[in-house]
Amino acid sequence: MKILNAIIAGVAQGSMIALVSLGYTMVYGILKLINFAHSEVFMMGAFFGLFLTVGFGLDTSPMFAGVAGTLAAMVLAGLLGALVEKVAYAPLRARSGGRSNTNTRITPLVTALGMSVLLQNLAQLLFTARYRSYPQLLPIENARTIVFVVAVVVMIALQFLVYGTWFGKAMRAVSVNVEAARLMGIRTGRVISMTFVTGSMLAALGGILYCLSQSQVYPTMGVVIGTRSFVAAVIGGIGSIPGAVLGGVLIGVIGELTKLTPYSGLQDVIIFTVLIVVLLVRPSGLLGKAGIEKV
Amino acid sequence: MKIEHPNRPAPKAEAGTPLLTVDNLAVSYGGIKALKGISLNVNRGEIVAMIGANGAGKTTTLKTIARLLPISSGKINYDGRDLGPVSAESLVEYGVSLVPEGRGIFPNLTVRENLELGAWNHKSKSVIVETEMEVVRLFPRIGERVKQVAGTLSGGEQQMLAIARALMARPAMLLLDEPSLGIAPRLVADIFEAVARIAEAGTTILLVEQNTRLALKYSRRAYVLRTGEIAMSGNSKDLADNEEIKAAYLGG
Ligand SMILES: Nc1ncnc2c1ncn2[C@@H]1O[C@H](COP(=O)(O)OP(=O)(O)OP(=O)(O)O)[C@@H](O)[C@H]1O
Ligand SMILES: [Mg+2]
Repeated sequence: MKILNAIIAGVAQGSMIALVSLGYTMVYGILKLINFAHSEVFMMGAFFGLFLTVGFGLDTSPMFAGVAGTLAAMVLAGLLGALVEKVAYAPLRARSGGRSNTNTRITPLVTALGMSVLLQNLAQLLFTARYRSYPQLLPIENARTIVFVVAVVVMIALQFLVYGTWFGKAMRAVSVNVEAARLMGIRTGRVISMTFVTGSMLAALGGILYCLSQSQVYPTMGVVIGTRSFVAAVIGGIGSIPGAVLGGVLIGVIGELTKLTPYSGLQDVIIFTVLIVVLLVRPSGLLGKAGIEKV
Repeated sequence: MKIEHPNRPAPKAEAGTPLLTVDNLAVSYGGIKALKGISLNVNRGEIVAMIGANGAGKTTTLKTIARLLPISSGKINYDGRDLGPVSAESLVEYGVSLVPEGRGIFPNLTVRENLELGAWNHKSKSVIVETEMEVVRLFPRIGERVKQVAGTLSGGEQQMLAIARALMARPAMLLLDEPSLGIAPRLVADIFEAVARIAEAGTTILLVEQNTRLALKYSRRAYVLRTGEIAMSGNSKDLADNEEIKAAYLGG
């Protein structure tokens, strides 16, 4: 029974991680870039969520404030993600002229790390380093169910976005052949921006759900959860959307199961061990496609 | 079955009026000059071929017309408009579609999704359905495989899909870069037959080929490109009889 409970809790926890993993995987899929700043967009999204839910009037109507605040925070985080792309990555892409070599891969990676540090420091400057408590919006007994249901609904919506819309088709086209996509008339820059917006919105939602169940928000929270989400994306097969979901749930479940043992402090050690084992057996991740990458 | 094809005259209606004019075009990659000032023109309804050895600059020419590469100097004029400031993304709106060398299909998408993306500039359901019907009539093999993932098509079928996808934009001018590259001879014949029919239906074609024999057979006029310069040009029939061409490109 304890194990079953831990698995249920793990799936709920994992679905939040998966929301963040999706942003890593979508951006990697389209740009072959690991957007290290994504974990900070997640953190910023959680802060936006805190301020906006309070701003929308927690005391008068908690339900309305929670939903409206979350949606508004997602929009803000989406804009932040697009801004990061426009300021940090787009100029590098323009300079490399679409050609790919070691430099065109390493430079954006270093830039991404820089953006991550910058955003984290910016958050400390704006919000101070202290831990802030999050409002108790979700009824304790149903919190897990709500988190899980919201995450599943959002993932189904994402599935539709990617496989059922013009934007999704364009996104998948740009991810394999930018030049051919341009020849179709696709504004590839716009598609890339929208990918960042979508991933960042999901990260903000993940951040808010995470804080609602952990009840605290702080500027360095992106480091731990961001890293776990990134690992989840890699385990699942970076670039693969179902892979990110699978990886997230797997990590959530592993985390909760670890808590049943005396080694709960070793959660991240175990997660990284799983990562290494998966990569040794399947270098492209559990659901990743080997060799589809165009050279 | 293979039908003999005489070199076609241009359709009478708009015959002779220039659609594409390239004037003294130069293009470089970094310091390397790939095109050293070439001039050519394509009239409405014509199939014009551009032949030349590996590295002569054929792909560079088409990519520059399609605005994927920056112009160092010279002019590209299409239908009375300067293409210089036009971006690759907006070229389909002008009515020009490039079928790139190596096909450039989207292997992770289905055949139908590839076709739909070809119609990105319409996005109208009825136009897409109608155009797809026309395109499939031209390439029945593509019609039979609309649900298949494009990466699983044979090389020849992928080339057909690449052309079909370009046609989905309903272009007035098609730029074809080596449609015969790496394709079984029987399918090459099918593809060239389709190209001829596309031209008959009124689409103007600039065809780049290393298969000189086929290129000269199906085109009305041709340009010979040699290390970034036009070495020769003229009626395809005359070029096919030219001793120098025979020796250099037709295997004697
Ligand atoms: N991206 C590039 N960077 C540097 N040089 C290039 C690049 N692309 C082409 N070139 C050079 O430009 C010249 C023309 O190349 P291009 O691809 O236009 O030739 P081509 O006639 O299409 O040849 P092929 O028949 O082999 O396709 C060649 O010398 C080639 O090495
Ligand atoms: Mg070429």
